[in-house]
Amino acid sequence: MPTTAPTAHALSDVTASDSTLRRFLHGLPGVDAVGLEARAASLGTRSIKTTAKAYAIDLAISMVDLTTLEGADTPGKVRALGAKAVHPDPTDRTTPTTAAVCVYPDMVAVAKEAVAGSGVKVASVATAFPAGRAALDVKLADVRDAVAAGADEIDMVIDRGAFLAGRYLKVYDEIVAVKETCGTSARLKVIFETGELSTYDNIRRASWLGMLAGADFIKTSTGKVAVNATPANTLLMLEAVRDFRAQTGVQIGVKPAGGIRTTKDAIKFLVLVNETAGEDWLDNHWFRFGASSLLNDLLMQRQKLATGRYSGPDYVTVD
Amino acid sequence: MSDRLSVFKTYKLYVGGKFPRSESGRVYEVTDPKGKWLANAPQSSRKDARDAVVAARKAFGGWAGATAYNRGQVLYRVAEMLEGRREQFVREVADAEGLSKSKAAAVVDATIDRWVWYAGWTDKIAQVLGGANPVAGPYFNLSSPEPTGVVAVLAPQESSFLGLVSVVAPVIATGNTAIVIASEKAPLPALSLGEVLATSDVPGGVVNVLSGRTAEIAAPLAAHQDVNAIDLAGADEELAKELEIAAADNLKRVLRPQAVDYFETPGIDRMTAFLETKTVWHPTGSLGASGSSY
Repeated sequence: MPTTAPTAHALSDVTASDSTLRRFLHGLPGVDAVGLEARAASLGTRSIKTTAKAYAIDLAISMVDLTTLEGADTPGKVRALGAKAVHPDPTDRTTPTTAAVCVYPDMVAVAKEAVAGSGVKVASVATAFPAGRAALDVKLADVRDAVAAGADEIDMVIDRGAFLAGRYLKVYDEIVAVKETCGTSARLKVIFETGELSTYDNIRRASWLGMLAGADFIKTSTGKVAVNATPANTLLMLEAVRDFRAQTGVQIGVKPAGGIRTTKDAIKFLVLVNETAGEDWLDNHWFRFGASSLLNDLLMQRQKLATGRYSGPDYVTVD
Repeated sequence: MSDRLSVFKTYKLYVGGKFPRSESGRVYEVTDPKGKWLANAPQSSRKDARDAVVAARKAFGGWAGATAYNRGQVLYRVAEMLEGRREQFVREVADAEGLSKSKAAAVVDATIDRWVWYAGWTDKIAQVLGGANPVAGPYFNLSSPEPTGVVAVLAPQESSFLGLVSVVAPVIATGNTAIVIASEKAPLPALSLGEVLATSDVPGGVVNVLSGRTAEIAAPLAAHQDVNAIDLAGADEELAKELEIAAADNLKRVLRPQAVDYFETPGIDRMTAFLETKTVWHPTGSLGASGSSY
């Protein structure tokens, strides 16, 4: 289902003003919702077994952004999370590390220390996560804080209110400002909160908006609302990054987050990535899972493959 | 010839309070002892076993945490529901075991009485097995029996209903949750028992009934790291040995097969097999001049 997007030349003009941006975003082809969901569902039926499954599980573990975003997060909990990210299965050191740990800005320093020297990145949500209801100055201060504390990646939320009201340029300008604040030291993930955008058309528009504004990653959700990452909305975003690279040559990552709890689900998403964006995205530099409980299920499945015996929750940590 | 089309019953598994078909889609033919076809029963795979363990684990906290009195009420309710379906079970047991109507009726009556017997034990077993221990210090020292966890039960092969209940009821009476592998040759009474449990206040997942090849389903359960104990009542000598070896890996409690007359009053051995003793020390408070604060 390729989308016909405008040429690269046109892309430089579309952000000139609110009206050109609106014209561009509303000019994107409409999404065939039934076709999209059917495609996502049919790709979900692939049977991945034995060696392919082992590869997929290790790949998925290496793509996990191990997340704790609770009001009750303590330094101890963040340190435990960091230890788990570095050695997801202490009984089997061949287990890959996760991609990153994802915490609130005030916990970045603790997390940074916990994963020091392991190659695990520290991602921080910022910009008044999860609602994003704050003035731009406050949001930028939030980002500056996290970057100063050493965050390698910033997960920002877009202003859904402005987006739904049609003030696309405001959303665009915010992302640009945050990107500037991140500078060269931190990659920027832009969260659309797809569950609040109501329509697939809106998700496609938000994806292009985010990519035009300089996002390094586009991310489905905060994990704080009822509907989070689904195969369909992730497929849609994968199409967007594929088309964007075809247009501009710039590759952008995708991160589904929230609601992915089982190995089966994770492998379905990997199939989507491979069949939609292609093998170039099958790497934790370009694809991530925002998850917490997923990792335990991946580890139990990994133990099952290694030993032939079903594992149980007694053999993974209680987070 | 009757105008009515006959309505056959589709026997299904009972897992997590639901009635799924086998994940594998397989069934096998169940016959009476003379070889007459009775029904097709689901032939469970190791994935059905895995799903049953997940369901049993999920149900464990609530069931073990329920008061013993409440568990007794629920088990008694099972007996009430069975009484209402007496005719059906008499027919099924007669077919399954090749018994006359009157003998099958005696089996069903004994089975219902067995539920009542174990229902009575739920809030008494702690008094028999637990108690206050005398210790040399200012402490109350109390021992109480606690359920072991998720128990895999290989139901007896010959006694398809009375034997089944005689091994399942003691497991759940004390707060364990069970995955039951029905008799391979005669699984129909066990699968119908699932329907009784579903309509009698037993929370979903407390008892999960699988039918199929005993050896095929038992092997992954015996090796499963999240199963805490296994009752080998339905295993022959060779299978029992194999399963006991697999069960050793995570130190499962194992109840070996033994010759039992299921009509006799069972005693509490099957309950104690799946109980562990928890002992707590509790300070009595400051000692007064008399040497005791009481």
